[in-house]
Amino acid sequence: MPSTPAAAPKATGTTSPRRGNIRGRQGLAGWLFIAPVVVILGLFLVVPVLMAAWVSMSDWTGRGSPFSGNVSFVGAENYAGILGGEGLIGRDFGTAIRNNLYYVLLVVPLQTALSLFLAVMVNRQILRGRGVFRTAFYFPSVTSSVAITVLWLFLFSATGVVNKVLSFFAIEGPNWFQDPRGVLYILLGLVGLDQAPDALQTPGFLGITGWDWLAGPSVAMSAFILMAVFTTSGTFMLLFIAALQNISGEVQEAAMMDGTTGWQRFWNVTLPMLRPTLFTVLTLGLIGTWQVFDQIYTGTQGGPAKTTLTPAYLSFNAAFVDQQWGVGAAIAFVLFAIIVVLTLLQRWALQERDVPRRRRMVPAGVSAGSSAAGATGTAARKNEERGSSR
Amino acid sequence: MKTAHPRRLAVAITAASMLALTACGGSGFSESAEEGGGQAEATDAPISVLIGSSGDAETQAVTSTVDAWASESGIDASVIAASDLTQQLSQGFASGEPADVFYLSTDAFAGYAANGSLEPYGEDLENKDDYYPALREAFTYEDQLYCAPKDFSTLGLIINTAKWEEAGLTEDDIPTTWEELAAVAEQLTTEDTVGLGFSPEFQRLGVFTAQAGGGLVTDGEATAASPENVEGLNFVKQMMTDGVADYSSNLGAGWGGEAFGKGLAAMVIEGNWIAGAMTADFPDVEYQVAELPEGPGGKGTLQFTNCWGIAADSDNIEGAKALVEYLTSAESQLAFAEAFGPMPSLQSAAGDWAAQYPELEAFIAGGEYAQNLPAQQGAADVLGELNSQLESLESSDPQQILESVQPLLESVVTQ
Repeated sequence: MPSTPAAAPKATGTTSPRRGNIRGRQGLAGWLFIAPVVVILGLFLVVPVLMAAWVSMSDWTGRGSPFSGNVSFVGAENYAGILGGEGLIGRDFGTAIRNNLYYVLLVVPLQTALSLFLAVMVNRQILRGRGVFRTAFYFPSVTSSVAITVLWLFLFSATGVVNKVLSFFAIEGPNWFQDPRGVLYILLGLVGLDQAPDALQTPGFLGITGWDWLAGPSVAMSAFILMAVFTTSGTFMLLFIAALQNISGEVQEAAMMDGTTGWQRFWNVTLPMLRPTLFTVLTLGLIGTWQVFDQIYTGTQGGPAKTTLTPAYLSFNAAFVDQQWGVGAAIAFVLFAIIVVLTLLQRWALQERDVPRRRRMVPAGVSAGSSAAGATGTAARKNEERGSSR
Repeated sequence: MKTAHPRRLAVAITAASMLALTACGGSGFSESAEEGGGQAEATDAPISVLIGSSGDAETQAVTSTVDAWASESGIDASVIAASDLTQQLSQGFASGEPADVFYLSTDAFAGYAANGSLEPYGEDLENKDDYYPALREAFTYEDQLYCAPKDFSTLGLIINTAKWEEAGLTEDDIPTTWEELAAVAEQLTTEDTVGLGFSPEFQRLGVFTAQAGGGLVTDGEATAASPENVEGLNFVKQMMTDGVADYSSNLGAGWGGEAFGKGLAAMVIEGNWIAGAMTADFPDVEYQVAELPEGPGGKGTLQFTNCWGIAADSDNIEGAKALVEYLTSAESQLAFAEAFGPMPSLQSAAGDWAAQYPELEAFIAGGEYAQNLPAQQGAADVLGELNSQLESLESSDPQQILESVQPLLESVVTQ
């Protein structure tokens, strides 16, 4: 770009050196510099998204251009089809949402808790060979998800390692990836409740009966849940380790001087200071789990009995296999809406509110004005602010 | 005022470039769509062949046949083995640059025929009356034969001869009725072997509804909940509750052939692909193929087929047709049979095939009475729904399963 440096001195020389003008010229240069990124993002992100939005409201059948004359606008028909709970696609969508909801509800808290636990463990100074542990825990995250899925299929097969180990404890393991029974069903069956009450047998939200909504993840889905926790907690552990190392030792020391136990320090000092990281981890987890696709595609293709069907896989299937491109795109947009709404909700829930005075950490027997308690409080607040002002 | 100017300019530039981009994208699409009319003139445009291959043997056999045609005709032709045929086909049609010739399954056929992606060349084939009628029917859309059946497979009863003899059974005991089937299955059932195994899907269990005289679609009407179908599934359920038959998935195998090879099932219902699978994975297991037994409605089995689709957007439709005629000739089909085991779709080649593979004769005999599964647009999803319910057949009522599928099938058939 030879024109930009040439233009700059001329600008200062001829026009009045008004601040705004210079800024304006700089702005132009700025636009020029970011033009490649704008073009690339536009071409590969904005345009496809807009095209998909159009497809989701059209009757395009997948042949030729979606903008050609013989593709017509059908309004919200595709959305009504999947959200109405009527017909096969409506019920499949309901089933997919149900399956994925349980997946999210279990995976996100479990992986967050596990990764935080691992991070705290490998962050301890006294632990020997910390590097080995960190590598070991991180290892599943760098392995391809397809490879792990295939491995999982072997481990959890009817005669696989997992069932072999269970048999040592005289437990007859299920045929994991072929078992469509809901986990809650099995538990309810143990207490003799194996028939749905009448009230729960009529089709409800998204065409799925209340009994089916309550069934819990199937045994097959549970195996996927374990896999997701196993593979992703390493990545999030890394995020937590980084955040933990950001907390200065002085804060911990000050808290110790206040006579806190290790548990109290974790809950009242460490965890609040990890809040920004917690937000990141939960958001990434939420997005990743709602979009689960490759494990399903390589593993079970939605089976057994559609209990591992997910919206992302259903969308792929509707478009590429059934040639219902409008429906496929509509599912993708509904999924997008779900993720955005949940992320906003979670952002609101994790918002930093002023800590009520009575919950501030004041050790018993020490007056609120005591210098040690004051120091802990301020240091902690400062760190918290630093962390959250991203 | 002056301060705002460069910003406006920048916005304008961005907007313009975005517009240009969208325009590019758009024109790229429409151009190719317009190009793709039928081309009557034979050209030298190269032909690409997209296949979903079962393995090296198939890829090599198809490639060498296509190469032979290419050197004979002087038109360039190349074979691409797809990693995910359905997806790659979809992408090709959407971009307006599809492969010229490709494998097309019955599941995908109706959808592509409906949206105009396929060139309906079937009626022009010289030997079209030589194809099995049921195969022609599978690739007929709105009374027009669209494409030439590539080959086909039927289901038969695969018997483990060692286990058969162990149980004291002889050649005469090969079951010809349901009662005999249930009886030998019981005799073959031992501690770690179940008498009869099959994959948990209607693509296998459908043989019993066919033998009962039923079928999911009869004369263009959805008949999922017919008493014959209920009878067929009830028979399967009975054998399963008696413990003489089971799903391969319950036995810890991925499909019937694996359960058979591992000795988890003494008999399975599988198609002629079993021959290749056994040679490759379980060369030591001796087996024999018999026709499936007769039910109350006579003989019955299911058949599976693919056709050679030609894209309507192809640049060289005449060349593609010539290639397909070459590929479906009795000679080529018998060569494919030798390489990877499918049965020729031409009735005139059946005799040669049976003479060449006497041990697999039961499969080609099935071609006489085999049923197609419904292949209307959306039927694959209905079958998927049916299969998902069949997984718990042992604990549910066949009548209820079929009745829940009936309205779904109706909506697909009457489209």
